[in-house]
Amino acid sequence: MTDIAVRAEGVSKSFGKTLALRNIDLEVPRGIVFGLLGPNGSGKSTTVRILATLLQPDTGIATVDGIDVVKHPDKVRQRIGLAGQYAAVDEYLTGRENLVMFGRLSGMSKSDARARADELLHQFDLADAADRVSKGYSGGMRRRLDLASSLMARPPILFLDEPTTGLDPRSRLALWQTIQGLVTDGITVLLTTQYLEEADRLAQRIAVLDKGDVIAVGSPGELKARVGGESVEVAVVRPADLDTATRILAASASEAPRVDVERNRVIAAVADGAAAMARVSGAIAEAGIATEDLALRRPTLDEVFLSLTGHTAEDEDEEPAA
Amino acid sequence: MSSPIRSLRDSGVIIWRQLIQLPRIPEVLIFALIQPVMFVLLFRYVFGGAIQTPGESYVNYLMPGIFAQTVAFGAVASGIGLAEDLRRGIIDRFRSLPMSRSAVLVGRTVSDLVRNAAVVAVMMGVGLLVGFRPSGSVGAIILAFALLFLTSFAFSWIGVVIALSLKTVEAVQSAGFIWLFPLTFASSAFVPTDSMPSWLQGFAVNQPFTVVVNAVRALFLAQPVGTLVWQALAWMIGITAVMIPLATRQYRRRTG
Repeated sequence: MTDIAVRAEGVSKSFGKTLALRNIDLEVPRGIVFGLLGPNGSGKSTTVRILATLLQPDTGIATVDGIDVVKHPDKVRQRIGLAGQYAAVDEYLTGRENLVMFGRLSGMSKSDARARADELLHQFDLADAADRVSKGYSGGMRRRLDLASSLMARPPILFLDEPTTGLDPRSRLALWQTIQGLVTDGITVLLTTQYLEEADRLAQRIAVLDKGDVIAVGSPGELKARVGGESVEVAVVRPADLDTATRILAASASEAPRVDVERNRVIAAVADGAAAMARVSGAIAEAGIATEDLALRRPTLDEVFLSLTGHTAEDEDEEPAA
Repeated sequence: MSSPIRSLRDSGVIIWRQLIQLPRIPEVLIFALIQPVMFVLLFRYVFGGAIQTPGESYVNYLMPGIFAQTVAFGAVASGIGLAEDLRRGIIDRFRSLPMSRSAVLVGRTVSDLVRNAAVVAVMMGVGLLVGFRPSGSVGAIILAFALLFLTSFAFSWIGVVIALSLKTVEAVQSAGFIWLFPLTFASSAFVPTDSMPSWLQGFAVNQPFTVVVNAVRALFLAQPVGTLVWQALAWMIGITAVMIPLATRQYRRRTG
């Protein structure tokens, strides 16, 4: 066993004349959540489909647990789980029937599959709905069933393709906690997302994809530092406090604060986000300034893209269907 | 686990999946029944009186044709079912599992065979209600049903090939029906072929659907069978033998 769970070297893929992936390299260390971040059409799903043996690369080598995905797809399939936008559950089967079916097709015996399904239904809070047809499930329940399906055979490596796209904020938060729990159990997770917040929250390492290229790799902190990082924003209740607030912010900021007199706001870039935030909020309280809002602003995916590529992360061309 | 056993086991799981779905999507089954029932009523009571079938009552002539048409139209359901699975992404999940490659297609065609058998059984009941009186021996009638089931299997594979060759469910739906109309109507299923113009007879007499209908009809009605059953068997086995590798190749291409 190597300490690299998933590796791609010089992987390219075209659909007709559209180049979906251009010579990408990736290394996913074992036991972490690795985030593939990018807008629609950047090549995230193509990457996952190649790694999950659904698609063959035109060039390059991709390995999972050191096993070549093109030469030994069946061995790779014994080690992976796939969930997310491209891997559906059967909506005319119950939650339990879905799990048992996927377990049986992974080679589990009937009794093993039933026992494991029970376990997952409880773990994913689906026990009450277990014997209902999944067509009637809410979006959050369906994603949990989808995730549980991919975990039936206890794969050491899990691919999650946009696991929270289209979910409401509460379900998204719940799913994030579930995904974090998986890594605690020792599973390696490769997740694709369009949301910087999601990658930031879940991933220990992030690769940013743009038009089929890996344009940056690093920890969330490293990436944000490259993007220019965070800023602290203060909105005061009394306009008279604006000057004091500006002075306080200036003391912690990495550049001169910008003042918005009309909205009684001042904002400044900071180098050490959370620490700066703590200093500013302490000083504001000490000075007795009433605030309407005091917040640490993080860069959005748009800002990351603007800074890394010079263009924003508006949807690129639709990814061609395989 | 050795691969043929694995293949059988996985096909069994897929067949189980399709069959427990059946009662949960009643509209599919109801539609599969309404259509042949409509044809029976239409031909038995509307057109039937005007169609001459020497030596047999029209309803006895009609029902074997209806049975054959019913299983042939099952190809459309096979195609749509597979196209839906492809669209919804469940095939992708299957492909990410270490399961047998052939199980998805084999499971689909075999479970559709089971469904068609149920529909044909109901149609047999409908036939008896409207006056169908088969005179063949029990053995001949069992052979007739076996031939219908083989036809169902062969046509399902055609439906699968169509589904794998087209991109959208809607296209599969239309394309799945279009070829079936000339095939089932320019045949001996509803009217004797000798009433057709001679240019059409050449096709109608020799095409495989007519061969199947004639064989099934001869078995049900205790008519001389001759080589009809062998011809029908050869056609259906031939179609299956061509369609399975074609479907497998299309499946690889579509999903590779």
